[in-house]
Amino acid sequence: MSNHLSQKFEEIVGTGNVLASEVDRHNYAYDAAVLPPQLPALAVRPETPEALGRVVKTCNELGLPLTVRGSGTNLSGGTIPSEGGVVVLTGALNKIIEINEADMYAVVQTGVVTAKFAAEVAKRGLFYPPDPGSQAVSTMGGNVAENAGGLRGLKYGVTKDYVMGMSFYDVDGELVKTGSRTVKCVTGMNLHGLMVGSEGTLGVFNEIILKLVPPPKASKAMMAIFDDLGKASETVAAIIAAKIVPATLEYMDDFTIKTVEDFAHAGLPTDAKALLLIEVDGHPAQVEDEAAEVEAICKRIGATRIQVAKDAVERNKVWEARRAALSALARVRPTTVLEDATVPRSKIPAMVGALEKIAEKYKLTIGTFGHAGDGNLHPTILTDKRDHAEFARVEAAIDEIFDVALSLGGTLSGEHGIGMAKSKYMVKEVGQGSIMYAKRLKAAMDPKNILNPGKITGA
Amino acid sequence: MSEMRQLVGLLKQIDDQLVACMRCGMCQAVCPIYAETGLEGHVARGKIALLECLADEVIRDPAGVKERLDACLLCGSCQANCPSGVKALDIFLKARAFLTGYYGLPPVKRAIFRGLLQNPKLFDTVLGVASKFQGLFTKPVNDMLGSSCARVFSDLIGGRHFAPLADKPLHDVATQRDTPRGHSGLKIAFFYGCVVDKMFPRIGEAVLKVCDHHGVGVFMPHAQACCGIPALSSGDRETFEKLVALNMKVFAEADFDVLVTPCATCTSTIKKIWPLMAEDLPATTRFQVKELSAKVKDISAFLIQDVGVTPADVAVSGEPVTVTYHDPCHLKKSLGISAEPRALIGCNPRYKLQEMDGADSCCGSGGSFTLQHYDLSKRIGKRKRDNIVATGATVAATSCPACMLQIGDMLSQAGDTLAIRHPVEIYAETLAGR
Ligand SMILES: Cc1cc2nc3c(=O)[nH]c(=O)nc-3n(C[C@H](O)[C@H](O)[C@H](O)COP(=O)(O)OP(=O)(O)OC[C@H]3O[C@@H](n4cnc5c(N)ncnc54)[C@H](O)[C@@H]3O)c2cc1C
Ligand code: SF4
Ligand code: SF4
Repeated sequence: MSNHLSQKFEEIVGTGNVLASEVDRHNYAYDAAVLPPQLPALAVRPETPEALGRVVKTCNELGLPLTVRGSGTNLSGGTIPSEGGVVVLTGALNKIIEINEADMYAVVQTGVVTAKFAAEVAKRGLFYPPDPGSQAVSTMGGNVAENAGGLRGLKYGVTKDYVMGMSFYDVDGELVKTGSRTVKCVTGMNLHGLMVGSEGTLGVFNEIILKLVPPPKASKAMMAIFDDLGKASETVAAIIAAKIVPATLEYMDDFTIKTVEDFAHAGLPTDAKALLLIEVDGHPAQVEDEAAEVEAICKRIGATRIQVAKDAVERNKVWEARRAALSALARVRPTTVLEDATVPRSKIPAMVGALEKIAEKYKLTIGTFGHAGDGNLHPTILTDKRDHAEFARVEAAIDEIFDVALSLGGTLSGEHGIGMAKSKYMVKEVGQGSIMYAKRLKAAMDPKNILNPGKITGA
Repeated sequence: MSEMRQLVGLLKQIDDQLVACMRCGMCQAVCPIYAETGLEGHVARGKIALLECLADEVIRDPAGVKERLDACLLCGSCQANCPSGVKALDIFLKARAFLTGYYGLPPVKRAIFRGLLQNPKLFDTVLGVASKFQGLFTKPVNDMLGSSCARVFSDLIGGRHFAPLADKPLHDVATQRDTPRGHSGLKIAFFYGCVVDKMFPRIGEAVLKVCDHHGVGVFMPHAQACCGIPALSSGDRETFEKLVALNMKVFAEADFDVLVTPCATCTSTIKKIWPLMAEDLPATTRFQVKELSAKVKDISAFLIQDVGVTPADVAVSGEPVTVTYHDPCHLKKSLGISAEPRALIGCNPRYKLQEMDGADSCCGSGGSFTLQHYDLSKRIGKRKRDNIVATGATVAATSCPACMLQIGDMLSQAGDTLAIRHPVEIYAETLAGR
């Protein structure tokens, strides 16, 4: 059976591009989410858009579940395939088709790696702002399908703010075009809007048209340290109230600060309660003014220490602490569960307080860092999945984290997506009506339910 | 089946290391093999996942796993960049040993490792004979070659532009010695390594010349043996341990301050792998191994940090030379040494350093990998070659003789005429008595 299947796909993508051995199947059974793997029948690696379209069509004809996989770095199980399904690898579809400086847009294939794309754009004096922490490996298709965010979300927005249009394959292998290379376009339905964040459940992206912006001319970074969480969050509120929108406004809790200091020896005070990393950017004069104002605000509210980066070297040092956060935490215990419950920014103190209680209640170690400016926190649970009793407590804690986030007017996921990991919580946030609507939409577009089944709505 | 049980049992021993991988996939950004093939099975995450499957007995046939494990340069890029601190190299080396235990060593490798490497004198004699008949040997078996260093044998293989065996190895041109500390107050033990001995004795001579000049005492015994990495990377832990023991016998009791090598691979093996593998040895041996291992240093690091070599104030005659420097993975990624070799080159006023793109990306030489996957190795090497040539340099320098072989192969196949030098050779040119 599977031999016959391999042959069918080999006719489309060529012999070397069908991966069906035992090891290959195990290699495409997981992603970065802490979830059990599921074995596909095979993986295919189309090298041309035409082959991609034919793969989709064939899967539909055979009623085979299809899961598109970029770099498999999503944290919600979005690329864990259905048992016996087909994994479609986008790695060979990795051309940057156009970077248009005059009209400030770019067209890329789905498998282009985010950081490589951003670097090519920068070479031409332009800027692609979304910068997920995984950008060195994540693909543009994966970013769009998860609506990835990053450190610059507060000022520059997230992936969805840059998608001008795209082409994608529907289940019949027909190429659907939506949006355009122009800033304004109302031709047809806003289907690309629907595709953003669809996690591979509605269509298979081929090419994506992305907006580019001019880069800021200057930037200034600083680190402020607090002996009290309330003061840190008051500082965030005061900065926004002063009509300053920093490009980044990052937060770290006391546990993370200590862990980072142990790991990277960046010179952080280990008795600090909270740390903010703030960067303003824009026109040089404006940057100077805003940096001075932010510094004044931090002082007024009572930061115990403020460190303003004077040059690139110092800026790098200030950033080092933030970059080391995940690395430092990940080393503490074998298993790292990285959550991303998000609340309105004024609710951060309440959320952090609740997280502390949850950690205590379930006897778990949780380090929290994240994007204070947009309320997107990353409570990071440090555990060992082999310890079943402890892991059961982890799961109970996650349930409770989501309950708290929702009760504070927040959301299940700020940027990591729903996938398989969070689909069961969806109803709590959006209600049954929304889920039914989404299911009917999917049923109409994908009657055989082949496109990444089980993700988002759980169906 | 009982052997399979044993394999599973062994893999369970490294479970704590395996479980540290959080499947984040960040290693995809740095793995040179993955960059070429794009296959999950070729990146550290994929290999570790497969080992876990094997340990959990969800994969029943270890052959596929072994094949994926072998497609690896052991360059350590994944380990150096892993946010979770996964000790990927330790895992790969141990797993290779387990799998070799399961499958046994291929007969030719067995002959080489057990027969020749473990017996340094015999090894020297065989190669001594080989060097005189180089043209006559055509194509013995590929899989006899264990690691970068085992490329010593590779000029016996047709079609590739390998550096020939030296007419006279270092141990013939330079007599064994044990000279006292001079005006520097320092004394080294000189571990020259197989490739320098057999293929680049000129590097060894440069080291000796520099030491003499700076009044550094040298203990250089000819009874030293291979550092063991060719055997270990083929999973032959038994030979590896014998080689370490041979070296311990020669060096452990000797009087010196620093164990110096001009080979990045030897340095990193002695520094990182010896103590790691010694964990299972009796306490006294383990202690001795760790003591020796703590003393090892790359020649450039030794000259800059300990001897305090500074730019020569002598006028060096000759045309100015543009040189570019390749960071061996075993020096930069494994030991964090990248400034010192450049500083040493900078000590020769005649040379101007022109950095290449991706100076620290792997050259594609990775021991048995190079031979089992020659095409892949060549593709990676070609990229390195292009970056080197783009600098317009006439000399390519690097601190590992194994990289010198690979880069030499790639340059010469492309018809380039660059010279390949070790930083210590470049520095030695400034000293009197050329
Ligand atoms: C260390 C680390 C840090 C991270 N930091 C961030 C962060 O700061 N912000 C953030 O938002 N996320 C972050 N993530 C999560 C993850 O990297 C992002 O979700 C990223 O967008 C996934 O890209 P990918 O190429 O790996 O996609 P994959 O994981 O391969 O796929 C993600 C989803 O996209 C779908 N997909 C991919 N290509 C297509 C296509 N052509 N057509 C249709 N569907 C497609 C897949 O089916 C899947 O549902 C992080 C992850 C890690 C491991
Ligand atoms: S970077 Fe490290 S933790 Fe992440 S997948 Fe690779 S080996 Fe595992
Ligand atoms: S050691 Fe090098 S080649 Fe091997 S998996 Fe790691 S990065 Fe890839």
